[in-house]
Amino acid sequence: MAFATELGRAGAILWKDLTAERRTKANFNSVVAMAGLILLFFGFALGPDAKGLRSAAAGVLWLTVLFSGVLAFNRSYQLELDGNALEQLLLYPGERWTLFAGKLAANLLFVFLVEVVTIPLAGIFYHVAVPALWGQVLGVLFLGTVGFVTLGTVYAAMASRSRAREVLLPLLLFPMLVPVLIAATEATGALLIDDPMGNAGSWIRLLATFDVIFVVASFWVFPAVIEG
Amino acid sequence: MRPANESSSAVALIGVAQRFGHRWAIRGVSLDVSAGEVVAIVGHNGSGKSTLLRIVATALRPTRGSAHVLGLDVTRDAARLRERVALLTHDVALYGDLTAEENLRFAARMLGQRPSRVQLEAVLDQVGLRAVADERARTFSSGMQRRLSIARIFLRTPDVLLLDEPFNSLDADGVALVSDLVRQTRARGATVLLVAHDLQRGAIAADRVVAMAEGRFVEDAAGATAPVLGEPVPESPDVLV
Repeated sequence: MAFATELGRAGAILWKDLTAERRTKANFNSVVAMAGLILLFFGFALGPDAKGLRSAAAGVLWLTVLFSGVLAFNRSYQLELDGNALEQLLLYPGERWTLFAGKLAANLLFVFLVEVVTIPLAGIFYHVAVPALWGQVLGVLFLGTVGFVTLGTVYAAMASRSRAREVLLPLLLFPMLVPVLIAATEATGALLIDDPMGNAGSWIRLLATFDVIFVVASFWVFPAVIEG
Repeated sequence: MRPANESSSAVALIGVAQRFGHRWAIRGVSLDVSAGEVVAIVGHNGSGKSTLLRIVATALRPTRGSAHVLGLDVTRDAARLRERVALLTHDVALYGDLTAEENLRFAARMLGQRPSRVQLEAVLDQVGLRAVADERARTFSSGMQRRLSIARIFLRTPDVLLLDEPFNSLDADGVALVSDLVRQTRARGATVLLVAHDLQRGAIAADRVVAMAEGRFVEDAAGATAPVLGEPVPESPDVLV
């Protein structure tokens, strides 16, 4: 019963964040526009060679998700900072992990929706056809996104108390994301060319391991982080 | 000041101090508030009133001293205390893109409740916002936003009610609403700590009025129906009961 109540609190935060976003769409529109621009600009920088673009597609896609996702994380806590709602949120009864679970769920859903738009765009811009192993590609996208969003949600909470949070968040977050970025890019790159060397599996296992570590550690440290 | 007695007091502060960076917002205050008592804390801006309230509400951990509420330590037992203490913050703490009803529904769900639309409308009716239940909080005047933040308090029956500048932005009806809330809370035996610049606005019948200046108590007087701070007090507030 108590656990159900705590889950209800996490659900309330998810519902509140998504309702606010659905109503304004300000965050979604700006993040998708940013993602589109990043894809386009990387395309310009890499040149018109289709083969070169295809080989860079996985890395560019993950960098796009990473850069645009950071905007979403900042916005996620901005909701709480307006009118000092964060203090009120911390004064409600209940466990702190529910705040993290609600924020994490909202951010995950948001980034997944951004990817729904971004991935087809990346396919078009970078001349990537639907791969034969598309199911595994989706699996890698899921694992990579979970790792990235989990860390992003914790670090955004940490940066939210700073006046320089827009700058601080990428500075704190990006170095920690290096293992996820490498594993996700390598696995995606291999699967996009049907994994001829059979090495995608090891990258996926590495990615899943990082996800477990990040999720457990994040739930553990979040109460201390959010209370400052 | 009355000596603090942790076991029988609703609020017992002993030598509580709070530092923000290099600045001491509270400099070792002690306070004992009995259950069912209404205590008004007055003072100028920056005197430490709101900080004191935030410590009692578990929003801040005191830098020094001991703070117990309902016999529970505000630092060690904060999670248990939050079930029994409600704070009306100085900021309205609303989500501007949610409607009045949605803001209230969110607060109810965070309190572990599952109210129906009818129940929420009844609460909104209490604060005079039923007609705008489906309008976004962003479009409200500051007084309406204040009423909506007060509506959150009506969702629960705390043992200790903390009100930080509750009369801000409120019209005469809103002030009466807060006064009624205080009366009802006292009537059921709960404790009220109220921070205000101007007690006259609310005609709050406080059992005691405590004045703060520069992070210290400078006066503590019982009975709010008589002038309680008649004698000149250094740095004492000039608007009192």
